[in-house]
Amino acid sequence: MSGGVDSAVAAARAVEAGHDVVGVHLALSRMPGTLRTGSRGCCTIEDSMDAQRAANVIGIPYYVWDFSERFKLDVVDDFIAEYSAGRTPNPCMRCNERIKFAALLEKALSLGFDAVCTGHYATILTDADGNRELHRSAAWAKDQSYVLGVLTTEQLAHAMFPLGATPSKAEVRAEAAARGLAVAAKPDSHDICFISDGDTRGWLSDHVEHAPGSIVDRDGAVVGSHDGAVGFTVGQRRGLALGVPDAGGRPRFVLEVRPRTNEVVVGPREALALARISGERFSWAGLPPADPTTPFRCEVQIRAHADPVPAEAFVHTEGGRSELVVVPDAPLIGVSPGQTAVVYVGTRVLGQCTIDRTVSAVPATVG
Amino acid sequence: MAIYLDHAASTPLLPEVLEAYAEALRTIGNPSSIHGHGQRAKQALEESRERLAAVVGCEPVEVIFTSGGTESINSAIKGLFWAARAADPVRSSVVIPGGEHHATADTVDWLVRAEGARRVEVPLDADGRILPDRLAAALDSGSGAGSVALTSAIWVNNEVGTIQPVAALAEVAAARSIPLHVDAVAALGHVPVDFARSGASAMSLSAHKIGGPVSIGALVLGRRSSLVPLLHGGGQQRSVRSGTQDVAGAVAFALAAEVATARLDDDVRRMGELRDRLVGGVRAAVDGSVMRGPAPGPERVTSNANITFAGCDGDSLLFALDMAGISVSTGSACTAGVPEVSHVLLDMGVPEDEARGALRFTLGPSTTQADIDAVLAALPAAVERARAAGHSSREPAMY
Repeated sequence: MSGGVDSAVAAARAVEAGHDVVGVHLALSRMPGTLRTGSRGCCTIEDSMDAQRAANVIGIPYYVWDFSERFKLDVVDDFIAEYSAGRTPNPCMRCNERIKFAALLEKALSLGFDAVCTGHYATILTDADGNRELHRSAAWAKDQSYVLGVLTTEQLAHAMFPLGATPSKAEVRAEAAARGLAVAAKPDSHDICFISDGDTRGWLSDHVEHAPGSIVDRDGAVVGSHDGAVGFTVGQRRGLALGVPDAGGRPRFVLEVRPRTNEVVVGPREALALARISGERFSWAGLPPADPTTPFRCEVQIRAHADPVPAEAFVHTEGGRSELVVVPDAPLIGVSPGQTAVVYVGTRVLGQCTIDRTVSAVPATVG
Repeated sequence: MAIYLDHAASTPLLPEVLEAYAEALRTIGNPSSIHGHGQRAKQALEESRERLAAVVGCEPVEVIFTSGGTESINSAIKGLFWAARAADPVRSSVVIPGGEHHATADTVDWLVRAEGARRVEVPLDADGRILPDRLAAALDSGSGAGSVALTSAIWVNNEVGTIQPVAALAEVAAARSIPLHVDAVAALGHVPVDFARSGASAMSLSAHKIGGPVSIGALVLGRRSSLVPLLHGGGQQRSVRSGTQDVAGAVAFALAAEVATARLDDDVRRMGELRDRLVGGVRAAVDGSVMRGPAPGPERVTSNANITFAGCDGDSLLFALDMAGISVSTGSACTAGVPEVSHVLLDMGVPEDEARGALRFTLGPSTTQADIDAVLAALPAAVERARAAGHSSREPAMY
């Protein structure tokens, strides 16, 4: 229970469904702020107290479990390492993968619980043979199946998402109000919980060593300079301070971040188009396709709030290494290594990969 | 049946105290008022002050009623510091042992940050004892005793139950003309407390640890000691603590202190038998359990058993016992409900991974053998589960 409205209503529904429920708030920082500020809604003492009040009203016991050490190692340090390597990580997915449905779930199972129940907007369906599948929520605008795409069959077996069938967040808020939960009108949290002011680049510049370097075009010609390559994201246009467009008069975008040489590569928008993305770190959320090496039709989503696009996917194995390959029907724009490509078949989340290789849709000579 | 073994956190209100408290709450009037209502309130207040003074071995005028232990400790440490420094600007050090309650340690840290004080620590021994010669060495260290504003020590450690040699510590401080404040919050009702005999300059007390209500405590301030007050206003209580005085709280506190003191020997003996039954039972039933602090005997209060269980987190154990209807503590203060690894155990030199698995069982006069037996029955399964959960810092297998 984060202290927000979704997890509070999820807990209340789980109780009503007859489960024996205990509220757990995750302490993810050793130095939590006292009061909630801005858009965060999970990591302060005030949020913890909101969660406890909600648990009191629902009538369930409540505990704070401290996972701050694991959160630092698995989420915060990983976030820094990914950016340092020129990739763009999604810390919320990492938290689901390693904290909520790993460290927390393992502790809960050891202590005698059967499942972790959260306020995520996603649905778990069970097929005729009892296999569990992860699906989008009924509330498409709030659907959070993307950030759960990292869950494996084993993790899904112990997950519960009671809000998945609710058609809108407004209904959840109304239900919270009807239940007398004070968090009914609490603002949604967004942004990254451990970056308290929402300034990711500023935070990164405090946590990652950075030095001035060159901005180059795709032929390696120096076209500008920067204060540190870390924090640039593929597809970014603002903040380059190049002053002039390229020879063709076109604005230039970040195409690639090269931490090793401290270079930021820029080029025209069309050079962002990718014909193929792939990643060796992939997983299936439930049963995999019968033969994953045979290309199958799917949709791919590359950000939490991006539209899914039609694609073909398959597992490619070469030299003992396997990767999940996704070939979109139309080129994808602005995808950065480190992002997660979640593969859907209809509403079902089939699996995901963390993107580590991309193939441009446009020959390099264009830029 | 719910079993309560967290008396060091707070005790059940004694029925006779509740009755006297409720009756006194009906009293009309401010004890500082001149009229008849005020005089009757004042009478009840001053009778209570006299009764409490008689119980804790001080003069009535030395009893300053406060809102509780934390306020008393803050008043004593900040007030004695400010007074000493005002008299002699060189006196800017505060000497305290390791393992003090947060009310003491955090107050001293605040003085360091806000007032430029210097904190000098007296290291605890492996059982949480404060050794007089170590206190002497700390007082004489650095710029010497002339630079020390005050020293403060806990009489009974609230986490591991170590009884400190207060008279010997006071002698060391007095020989150097340094005021000693004693935090006696966990001592009252567990050891004989006599302020005059202790030799301390100031002493903090709290009612809710001995069957009284929350929000009433006392600072005993020797008549020859003066301090700069935290609270300014109407000048009540020697101007040490301005503010309308809590007559009903004082009545309840005095009665609770009388009751606790009258039955002290009996309670100590009875709790000691139960504590031994608990410790012996745990030792027999759970491998890898170690009682921390002094062995049962004159250096440990009989109400406390602090036991570490290897290979698990105290909060998992606390949870598993709570689910079985048994309330215990991991020992230390919490922020937003997050148990911290006990700083007392760490200051005693207990390795962090062992200190993580600490549970503090604290008994009270109402604890029964059936309570202890229920804990012993529930504990092996709780430890087994908590050990399966392991330390929360371990890498999950489920990646």
